[in-house]
Amino acid sequence: MGYNARFKVWRGDDTDGELEDFTVEVNEGEVVLDIIHRLQATAAPDLAVRWNCKAGKCGSCSAEINGMPRLLCMTRMSTFGESDVVTVTPLRTFPVIKDLVTDVSFNYAKAREVPSFAPPADLAPGEYRMAQVDVERSQEFRKCIECFLCQDTCHVIRDHDDNKPAFAGPRFFIRLAELDMHPLDTLDRKREAQQHHGLGMCNITKCCTEVCPEHIKITDNAIIPMKERVVDTQYDPVVWLGNKIPRRASAAANRALDAGDASAAEQHARARLRDKPTDRSALRALEVALSAQGRFAEAADVTRVQLAEAGRGNSNRRAALAAHAWVMLCAVEAGQLDLENCEEEIASTLQQAQRLASTGTVLAGSHALHNLVHGRLAEAVEQGRETLHWDRPPQTRADDLLTLSEALAGLGEDGESASAMSESLTLWPDNPRLSSARSNLRETGVG
Amino acid sequence: MTEIERHAYDVVVIGAGGAGLRAAIEARMQGKRTAIVCKSLFGKAHTVMAEGGIAASMGNVNSKDNWQVHFRDTMRGGKFLNHWRMAELHAKEAPDRVWELETYGALFDRTKDGRISQRNFGGHEYPRLAHVGDRTGLEMIRTLQQKVVSLQQEDLRTHRDGEAMIRVFAECTVTELLKDTTGGDQGRISGAVGYLRENGTFVVFEAPTVILATGGIGKSFKVTSNSWEYTGDGHALAMKAGATLLNMEFVQFHPTGMVWPPSVKGILVTESVRGDGGVLRNSEGKRFMFDYVPAVFRKQYAETEEEADRWYDDPSNNRRPPELLPRDEVARAINSEVKAGRNSPAGGVFLDIASRLPADAIRKKLPSMYHQFKELADVDITAEPMEVGPTCHYVMGGVEVDPDTAAAVVPGLFAAGEVAGGMHGSNRLGGNSLSDLLVFGRRAGLAASAYVDGLGASRPAVSDRDVEAAHRSAVALFDGDGGENPYALHAELQQTMNDLVGIIRKAEEMQSALDRLDALKARARNITVQGDQRFNPGWHLALDLSNMLIVSECVARSALVREESRGGHTRDDFPTMSPEWRKVNLICRPDGDGVAVERKPLPVMPPELLALFERDELNKYMTDDEISTLPEATA
Repeated sequence: MGYNARFKVWRGDDTDGELEDFTVEVNEGEVVLDIIHRLQATAAPDLAVRWNCKAGKCGSCSAEINGMPRLLCMTRMSTFGESDVVTVTPLRTFPVIKDLVTDVSFNYAKAREVPSFAPPADLAPGEYRMAQVDVERSQEFRKCIECFLCQDTCHVIRDHDDNKPAFAGPRFFIRLAELDMHPLDTLDRKREAQQHHGLGMCNITKCCTEVCPEHIKITDNAIIPMKERVVDTQYDPVVWLGNKIPRRASAAANRALDAGDASAAEQHARARLRDKPTDRSALRALEVALSAQGRFAEAADVTRVQLAEAGRGNSNRRAALAAHAWVMLCAVEAGQLDLENCEEEIASTLQQAQRLASTGTVLAGSHALHNLVHGRLAEAVEQGRETLHWDRPPQTRADDLLTLSEALAGLGEDGESASAMSESLTLWPDNPRLSSARSNLRETGVG
Repeated sequence: MTEIERHAYDVVVIGAGGAGLRAAIEARMQGKRTAIVCKSLFGKAHTVMAEGGIAASMGNVNSKDNWQVHFRDTMRGGKFLNHWRMAELHAKEAPDRVWELETYGALFDRTKDGRISQRNFGGHEYPRLAHVGDRTGLEMIRTLQQKVVSLQQEDLRTHRDGEAMIRVFAECTVTELLKDTTGGDQGRISGAVGYLRENGTFVVFEAPTVILATGGIGKSFKVTSNSWEYTGDGHALAMKAGATLLNMEFVQFHPTGMVWPPSVKGILVTESVRGDGGVLRNSEGKRFMFDYVPAVFRKQYAETEEEADRWYDDPSNNRRPPELLPRDEVARAINSEVKAGRNSPAGGVFLDIASRLPADAIRKKLPSMYHQFKELADVDITAEPMEVGPTCHYVMGGVEVDPDTAAAVVPGLFAAGEVAGGMHGSNRLGGNSLSDLLVFGRRAGLAASAYVDGLGASRPAVSDRDVEAAHRSAVALFDGDGGENPYALHAELQQTMNDLVGIIRKAEEMQSALDRLDALKARARNITVQGDQRFNPGWHLALDLSNMLIVSECVARSALVREESRGGHTRDDFPTMSPEWRKVNLICRPDGDGVAVERKPLPVMPPELLALFERDELNKYMTDDEISTLPEATA
């Protein structure tokens, strides 16, 4: 049954190394790790390789086989032809120590940066009650054997050492997701993931999922849900404003907003700003009040000040950029601002927001409107449709549908345009963009 | 003197599996500066391989369960050779240790009312094993690993240094323990010497306490479920430091290891397969375990397939299937079937779950087994039976310790987990290992901390001469020109132990094993190591080999002395269990270049615990003299 296989194994250290050729016996049922062990016992007794269980349970023997990140113990020789050359090299993302052994301390450092499980303080041991269906989501991620193949393959850090400080990598996104989905964990993991672990740098190419020997759906079940919920809590301007207006500082303006009286809210906010022109909560209240009245150009003056006052915190800055870009676009759409005069500001604001955002899809609604005001209808439709895949708050969705409806109308897709419009109306009948949007639609003959 | 890294700690834990991590967590929580030293990367210890679960009588699935029942099952499983006090502490404390893991973040499978689910396992009267599918060990190691990290995060906040109070020295192998010359004729532990695998640098840990948590010895056998780390390091370190080993003849062969393909021979197939309904059949399709129920267990096990099959759904009114007998019984039964020629094509027997459960249920209950067979053997266990056979799995013998404190006879030396002896008697029940790690890991951490507190200013000192000697002896292997290859010697040792000191033993075979071990010891002195000190597996194996040789000699010598068959020690020439031998512990101690074996009386179980057993049952284990002295209350 046995045959002789040709192997190329990388040998060397952090300074120098090369592929060494071996011809080695292979028997039925063997895996690549068996062959490496045979090399140690015969031709190369000091060939360095990590391994422990040899059953795919400990995640020690990670390496690259013909360039693919794999566990040596879970790669059967029968997957190669007898004449194939099998090339075994160390993980590329981490510094080599010797031969196939790399310095994976990056991962242990990142592990220490994830805040630990935080159960309710008053819950005694033995009192934990959780439903099976609720623990199963986190259990999927706890299958992780820490082989770090996902870290190795992730192109954010694979050839970009400079990204390593800011980026925890897929293994720790599933750790954060695991804690986020733990029925009894009390910390906010989404914000943590975004602000301190570089979740936003992942652009969901799913390479990590492909190499996971435990078949954990890293991208679909951990990263995307985390990103979506970050969107819900951070980027939607309505949610963001609602969260950020402190009740005490702008109590009157807030009461007015709650009561739906935008003009009273405007007066209270302006009164406060006469005392303190940079009062953040009053600025926000004013912006909401102006937007609610459809006075987007004036609102853009306010968001510009807010942006200047947003400070250096990434999350505030990102939200302020997104809000400013959005109201400027609404102002252009409503004919309150001239596109030529403000395009430069819009483009650069959007670009900065995008750089800090988690994915292209996070700002897809803004990009869609941007394309619409430029008359790039096909792009606007494509991005508008993309936004609908996301689970967003009703008013945001209404806005996105409205943009889509306008763009479709411009392309002559009247039926689809009308149905997007009608769904948008149901979700948010008082949308201040409606009057300008309707007039746009009338021009194109829809509505 | 060569450059040697020096570190000072209160407690040095050798081993980062379940016992080592639990011990280190406890020591750190007692305010002790703690080092964890492990041969592999952090989180890779052999504990990850444990599949079935953690035995603890929480009573979540059957409220009749309690510590007394668990204690009784443990003593029965160990054939009454267990240290009664360890079995008692273990049964009493296991539930708290499991619940504690939940507070560290463990996510066990749940019952319908949201509590920790518990599964059936061989030798346990009630469903008792807390589990996560069939990857419970991984859950445990990750949970403890993450608890260590959380303590480091606390220390980062309070000391501005995450490693101020607890630090992991990964890929570091300890080669010698150090002692001072005070504290009686034994001397006290003063530290340990080791090397960092990454660069071959030597390290000295100055510490008044060392907790051994190094696991087992399986790599001395050819067919084993154990990883490369299981080279008996802790056993050998203890012996070299003057401590004693207890009942080393008891080695558990797990009945179901993979037998095909050859490269994975020995890898474990969890007992949960049988707990969840899997049955063993021979080449004739016969469910043969009914023929192998020994007298001592006949009352608890079903006599017909019909009754056995009813038990899964109605355990109160039916007796258990014989596939769930303790591991030693099942391993011997499979061995007999194979010897009688009724074996599967690859030399094992068939383990069939495919015909017993729907495919979906198999994938849900046994995900790693499904995965393991699919990927390693290209076998779909939901469609065809597995081929299995016995594999060296666990050593019941180990460092002789005080039950309450895990202290060895050398002051400052402690041992917990598989490396410690006494808890499991002559045979360990499945699920009792993970709970053992937690219960005695914690106790070792507590006791080491108390020992440190008791020292006051009289800390032991490390002798530079000893450090230098340890370093010299480890690097001497590079100077040898004898030409012996460590890999070849290791293969010969494994073959010897497997063939001559395996499941079924005979005096003349063990004698010949001892002769071969002598020869191997001599040849090991002529090993030549190639390459340099940086991550050099040949050198590492050569050092590990010296430990395996010491431990193998302990196993073979003890096995030759004990002239009876009990649990994980079966003598072809003494096939029955002897009540006289039940009263005897065998103690190995260093003797010149070799090992001496002495007899020592087994500690006597107090009457209130004896009262948990029926006299009929005790009759099977005890001598007539012992029975006659039992109080009347034991009916």
